[in-house]
Amino acid sequence: MAIYDLLVSPFAEFEFMRRALVGVVGLALGAAPVGVLLMLRRMSLIGDAMAHAILPGAAIGYVVAGLSLFAMTSGGLIAGLLVALVAGGIARATELKEDASLAALFLVSLALGVVIVSVRGNSVDLLHFLFGNVLALDNATLVLIAVVATVSLLVLALIWRPLVVESVDAGFLRSVSRSGGPAHISFLALVALNLVGGFQALGTLLAVGIMILPAVISRFWSRDLTAMTVSAVGAGIISAYCGLLVSYHAGLPAGPAIILFAGMVYGASVLFGRFGGLLRGWGARRHLEA
Amino acid sequence: MAAHLRFRDLTLGYDRHPAVHHLTGEVEEGAMLAVVGPNGAGKSTLFKGIVGLVAPLSGTIDRDLSVRDIAYLPQAIEIDRSFPINVYDLVAMGLWRRIGAFGAIGKTEREWIHGAIAAVGLTGFERRPIAGLSGGQLQRVLFARLLLQDSRLIVLDEPFNAIDERTVTDLIALVRRWHSERRTVLAALHDMNLVRRHFSQTLLMAREPIAWGETGFVLTPENLMKARRMCEAFEEAAAECAVAAE
Repeated sequence: MAIYDLLVSPFAEFEFMRRALVGVVGLALGAAPVGVLLMLRRMSLIGDAMAHAILPGAAIGYVVAGLSLFAMTSGGLIAGLLVALVAGGIARATELKEDASLAALFLVSLALGVVIVSVRGNSVDLLHFLFGNVLALDNATLVLIAVVATVSLLVLALIWRPLVVESVDAGFLRSVSRSGGPAHISFLALVALNLVGGFQALGTLLAVGIMILPAVISRFWSRDLTAMTVSAVGAGIISAYCGLLVSYHAGLPAGPAIILFAGMVYGASVLFGRFGGLLRGWGARRHLEA
Repeated sequence: MAAHLRFRDLTLGYDRHPAVHHLTGEVEEGAMLAVVGPNGAGKSTLFKGIVGLVAPLSGTIDRDLSVRDIAYLPQAIEIDRSFPINVYDLVAMGLWRRIGAFGAIGKTEREWIHGAIAAVGLTGFERRPIAGLSGGQLQRVLFARLLLQDSRLIVLDEPFNAIDERTVTDLIALVRRWHSERRTVLAALHDMNLVRRHFSQTLLMAREPIAWGETGFVLTPENLMKARRMCEAFEEAAAECAVAAE
């Protein structure tokens, strides 16, 4: 029964644990595939910038309407999209590389968001904005997460082919089709949507973790896009489950525990990953020397 | 015979800096035209103009087919070779005009894809990720994709750069097959022996056309020297023409 106590009973006994698990698994379903494409399109930093940009947007929603899920979600969504578009615009209009303008934007958004939250709220509210509260997901939030995951998978199915072709060979897609632009914009919208979906559970700072970490983990385990996407979702789900368990047994904050667990899987993948794992390469060289 | 491509006083460039000046001429249906010139002569820009990726600063390009129906091979460096996609899927992209973003790949299409892979000698490589291919193998894959595009106008930007000789021989055979099928082929090339051997027509350019016609008359030592000199002096010329164009 020890194994049952260790692995199952926290979820069987406590509803908040079940809700947290369902919530983060739902997030992983939508965010991990988005993260894989984000990584392959070399846009990981855009994910980061949008995550930070969501903070002032959600904070304005909070100042206007209090702790209303709808107001905070729409505020965050608008701000996230705005930053993605503005960053793209700045990079095109100036000599600054896109990543530099993004770094500038997300620092400013973070500071702005903290100031806005502090105007009305207290430090507990601020912590909630920054790191979420995965153990206090209400029905509305779970529905929001489910909607985000559903919309993400449906939209990804629609724009998958142009996104993939554009990532491999943008010139080719431009020469045969005009779908590259609309696909890219829809994709950015998906990134913002998933970050907003993760905002209540993981906060603006950690929401991007459930998107990017599973993606970079998957890179070490597969060389095929489909398998990579599936393994990213798997890594997200495993991190959600194990992270929650660790947080329950060790009394750690749940959101950071989930991201930390994903970080440990990433570390293990760096060392032992099937493709590009450091120790694997070392083993192969030793084998050749022998 | 109707002209396939017609340039009228065409000037192309980026951000108002012209890279191709005042090009006038025609490419006839079924022609096999080599475009040669030093680096920075505007060959790639001309090709991007032909396939509609760069809009003319002045002048016009008339095409008797939609730009979407042109098969265009950009320089290989524009491909993200670290992307996790295999040979089969990359070749299948050539069917875009037929299946678009949503169409299914059925039995017929699968046979075409395998046929194209076989035609470039890569049978057995279908499941290989492109990250593991040599430069020559990747170029074979891209030619298989061109085969599936089944286009009347094929534009090849430096298709044989840094490619092993055996691959060049095999791919040239494909180009000659396209020629025999009355397709029009334009290729930017650096190897003059290759041009002399296989291309009847040549356009020599150095930001502006130096000579255009029968390969033997175009590739004279005087013309080649002139092209090289003009390219070296291009900075001033570009500034001059930018002013003139305004």
